Amino acid sequence: MLESYIPIFMMLALGVAFAVAMGKINEIVGPKRPSEEKLSTYESGMEPVRTARERFSVKFYMVAMLFIIFDIEVVFLYPWAVSFRSLGIQGFVTMLIFLSILLIGYYYVWRKGALEWD
Amino acid sequence: MLTYTDFLLAMPLFSLTVTVLLIIATEAARVGRARFSQFLAITGLLVTSLLAGLNLRESGVAFQGMIATDAASSYLTILLSLAGIVTALVARPYFEHRDAHRGEFYILLLFAIIGMVLMASANDLITLFLGIELMSFCLYVLAGFERTKDKQNESALKYFLLGAFASAFLLYGIALIYGSVGSTNLDAIARAYAGISNQPLFLLGTAMLIVGLGFKVAAVPFHMWAPDVYEGAPTVVTGFMATAGKSAAFAALAIVMIRTFDIGGSTTADVLALLAAASMVLGNVVAIAQTNLKRMLAYSSVAHAGYLLAGVAAGTAEGFAGVFLYLTAYTVTTLGAFAVIGWHERTNDEGTSLDDYVGLSQHQPVIAAVMALYMFSLTGIPPFAGFIGKYYVFMAAVRADLTWLAIVGVLTSAVSAFYYLRVIVMMYFRERDGEHIPLPRIPVMIALGITAALVIVVGVLPSTVLQLFMPAM
Amino acid sequence: MIPYAPLIVLFPLVGFLLIALAGWKYRSERLIGIVGSGVVGLSFALAVGVLLEMAALPSDARSWSVDLFPWIDTFTGTAGSFGISVGYQFDQLSILMTLIVTGVGFLIHVYSIGYMHGDEGYWRFFAYLNLFIFMMLNLVLANNFLLMFLGWEGVGLCSYLLIGFWYQKTFTGDAGKKAFIVNRIGDFGFLLGMLLIFKTFGTLEFSAVMSGASVMTAGTSVAFWIGMLLFIGATGKSAQIPLFVWLPDAMAGPTPVSALIHAATMVTAGVYMVARCAPLYALSPDALLVVAVIGGVTAVFAATIGLVQNDIKKVLAYSTVSQLGYMFLAMGVAAFSAGIFHVMTHAFFKALLFLGSGAVIHGMHEEQDIQKMGGLKKYMPVTWATFLIGAIAIAGIPPFAGFFSKDEILWYAFSSDLGSPALWLLGALGALMTAFYMFRLVYLTFYGKERFDHHHVHPHEAPKTMTIPLMVLAFLSIVGGFLGVPPALGGGHIIEHWLAPVFAPAQRTLMLSAHASHTAEYILMAVSVLIAVGGIYLARRWYLEHLDVPDSMAAKFAGLYRLLWNKYYVDEAYDAAVVKPIQRLSDAFLWKVFDMKIIDGAVNGSGWLAQTAAQWLRKVQNGVAQSYAVIFVGGILVVVSALLFF
Repeated sequence: MLESYIPIFMMLALGVAFAVAMGKINEIVGPKRPSEEKLSTYESGMEPVRTARERFSVKFYMVAMLFIIFDIEVVFLYPWAVSFRSLGIQGFVTMLIFLSILLIGYYYVWRKGALEWD
Repeated sequence: MLTYTDFLLAMPLFSLTVTVLLIIATEAARVGRARFSQFLAITGLLVTSLLAGLNLRESGVAFQGMIATDAASSYLTILLSLAGIVTALVARPYFEHRDAHRGEFYILLLFAIIGMVLMASANDLITLFLGIELMSFCLYVLAGFERTKDKQNESALKYFLLGAFASAFLLYGIALIYGSVGSTNLDAIARAYAGISNQPLFLLGTAMLIVGLGFKVAAVPFHMWAPDVYEGAPTVVTGFMATAGKSAAFAALAIVMIRTFDIGGSTTADVLALLAAASMVLGNVVAIAQTNLKRMLAYSSVAHAGYLLAGVAAGTAEGFAGVFLYLTAYTVTTLGAFAVIGWHERTNDEGTSLDDYVGLSQHQPVIAAVMALYMFSLTGIPPFAGFIGKYYVFMAAVRADLTWLAIVGVLTSAVSAFYYLRVIVMMYFRERDGEHIPLPRIPVMIALGITAALVIVVGVLPSTVLQLFMPAM
Repeated sequence: MIPYAPLIVLFPLVGFLLIALAGWKYRSERLIGIVGSGVVGLSFALAVGVLLEMAALPSDARSWSVDLFPWIDTFTGTAGSFGISVGYQFDQLSILMTLIVTGVGFLIHVYSIGYMHGDEGYWRFFAYLNLFIFMMLNLVLANNFLLMFLGWEGVGLCSYLLIGFWYQKTFTGDAGKKAFIVNRIGDFGFLLGMLLIFKTFGTLEFSAVMSGASVMTAGTSVAFWIGMLLFIGATGKSAQIPLFVWLPDAMAGPTPVSALIHAATMVTAGVYMVARCAPLYALSPDALLVVAVIGGVTAVFAATIGLVQNDIKKVLAYSTVSQLGYMFLAMGVAAFSAGIFHVMTHAFFKALLFLGSGAVIHGMHEEQDIQKMGGLKKYMPVTWATFLIGAIAIAGIPPFAGFFSKDEILWYAFSSDLGSPALWLLGALGALMTAFYMFRLVYLTFYGKERFDHHHVHPHEAPKTMTIPLMVLAFLSIVGGFLGVPPALGGGHIIEHWLAPVFAPAQRTLMLSAHASHTAEYILMAVSVLIAVGGIYLARRWYLEHLDVPDSMAAKFAGLYRLLWNKYYVDEAYDAAVVKPIQRLSDAFLWKVFDMKIIDGAVNGSGWLAQTAAQWLRKVQNGVAQSYAVIFVGGILVVVSALLFF
């Protein structure tokens, strides 16, 4: 049983070793010309230290939420599509109902203006 | 595969879903104003309770064992629809008074009821969880429905944070039970129960279930959210949350603990009895110190959770019947009380303090009388509904050898008389110097009429009610 | 009609709800009067329909019971379970009582439309009256003891509410309280009797209890105590010795109330209950003897008080107590149908007399003292004529209604195996006095000199709504007796035949022998007519022709007169023996020591404790969600450890 995990552990060990080695090599070999900008933590271009009580526009959340909802609902389509033939007409009707419910939600979101950025 | 019976048994759920989709569509298309949504919601709920009434004598399992319909679940569907109707009736005057009447309220209300009905008719822990979450999310939003009000935001956020916390434990418990049984189906768990009821894994799962559901019913020590949330939320929402939410959660608890687990006499029952006693004592004692009526009723709802838990802890069919009867009594009474509070409340959150009720009987005698009726019922004074509920629950506890719990219950009921009757003292034995509040509008009057009548009917004819959800008893 | 029979009970309830819920807002007297009387009229019409259909059935199919819905169910199927339905029993007895209640009730409702005209509490009055009819019908039609008890208490409540109807006056409130408290004492006996029945038979359904009783051996002490306890209830409700003291005071209520509740219907509930429980009483001849003796003694006792009273309603009240005594006398000698017959005729003529007195009081501007009346005949002819008919009926002059029923009771008191000449003598004595004081009333009120103040009092006849019920009742008082003409006079005695199946089980248990000859019956009949005529003659002589006799008699027998005038000092005796000691005990011990020190101490102490604990506990509720979560986790630890390690 456990023997079958050996390759995984080997892979894990190799990966860790490689990462550590790279870091160390960089530290030893690389040139060091530090500046304030370089020493600060990298945050994809954002200023790393600020007040935590900043407010985000709710628009971001709205888009994220809508994306997740519709994304996940769409995931349901996949297993249905795969076994479309064996589910037959009943499966088709069920999926139509499901999609129409989704459509009503979409219609609501649309009419309420949640899809417009401004 | 889906069959015709599946649809038949799930008819109430379908009618609720269709109603809510209709409301969403009309709301989006701006067909009417919010009051059209109210009309649709009430109609849909009436149809639902009618369908549930037709299902009262049906029983069966639908959707591959995910849903079970029987007299108890159909009865609870009617009760929940009734709570929805009363809430919808009261909501319009309440929100119009503060310029916050929006159709979304009814969408959320109905979604919450769908979740609750799902909980009451769950035959699988997954369905149960789905129902709980559907209900909870709607309640979180409803608690902060007037989104510009700080107090409501605070209420909603606290409820959401702690609720999410509790849901995690609930889900964890479900996972552990799945781990020890190998199924989440309640029938399968019931079959396996005798063999595994002493396994630590299973017990841990049970503990987590108790924690998760204990939060939803606001039992000590998982009650801390209740006073803050109840006080902060809009009064109509508080009323709905305190009654329908609790009913659904207790139905789930009763179904899992009594129907599925058969906990009578086990350690699980003792733990529930402990929570029950703690809830009764703490809820009633702290309620004494409250000066805000909503907050007082919040603590009183904790105490009522204790009485209801006593019925669950009994673990017998009698306890099951007691819980359902108590839920009926508690729901109709508390809904009415919150309807009165909602009427009395002014826009700037005034009018919920106990002092504001001074001398109410002098300028609105009818409302004061109805409120007194609710208070008597909550205290448990015959011949009102509250008495019958307590009688059946305590009787079940005594017969399950939990006499000490019944004694604690009776003693704490006596304590509760202090703060319930204080409302009556305020209304009847003090001179009025406050402003004049006009009579409630017709929908509120109807809501008060329905609940007050039911308080008396349930109190006088408990057997008739009992036979609705327990045909065999 | 029969399937709709339970609606009889429903109509008055609907009326009550309508008037009680809407009456305070829409104070239209016309509407309230129509609704209030209409619902009772509907009930009456339906009851007549049911009676007609019932009469068409063969006699063994005339009794049935309808369970409407379960009322109280403790967990059935387990030990000590108890189930009771709201159900009604229709049989020859209950339908007869229903007809009396709704029929007389309807007339009195109509009468009240005129009598209560202009009263501040007009709607309240009709609401209470309808509630009363509803409760009374529950009492009469119930098919189990518990529902009967509900009606029993319900009519007591209505009686209380209606006696104290004019609550602004202290004495009406006191009279109401007195009635309620005295009735409660009796009700306690009824309740105990009910519990004993449940313990003995394991059920409270009439049919089951009665069939259980029919197979029990007679003469056991259980049967005796059941009979006695129930009878204590009856003495309270039907104002018999020793609990009769409330009825005369109950006259403080409006006169239609006195007529309906305190003469025609409610006070006969005790008699009805004994008749309903006839199979139980049949098991214990001792209990029956007690009933007979109490009834006979009350009949005489109350009549003697009635001889000297001057308040027109008080005289009628004592007369009612006395007549109820006759009914119990009949029950006690197992002449059940005779007793019920008297309930019926008494309802006619006593309601008539009360309503007549109400018309007199109305016409005399609320004057009730007969010494301040006189000569009213010419001012109110209809009232006079009908009142006279009532008086003749109650005095027992053939062929008026009272003659047949009273004579039958006297006959059974004499001839029944359970009766005796002594009981007959009591009855005959009572009859003499009844004839005397009734005609004393008639002569002092309607004949002789006008003793009232002509400047302030202008007697006038009552309006139509009041006189028409009087005429209807007068008609019934004349012909009502023909339903019970005994075989000795060539009649068929319809009532007895009608009720025979109901009382057959009791009669079977008692196994009474056949009656004596017709000759004896004729003799007794002649004697009782002579007695009645004698009483009337005496009254005429003393109060119309030789007005000085009463005063000289009163002076001659001053002690006796004072005793009667003060009603044998019964109220004072009760006051000294019961009320005062209880008050002293309450004041000195229960209040100042037990309540103030022990109870208040405990309550305040625990209140203080709870308050302190609450003040402390609410600090935990600090509003910070994080700390809530901490407590939450603590709770989880407790639950998990309790489940896993215990």
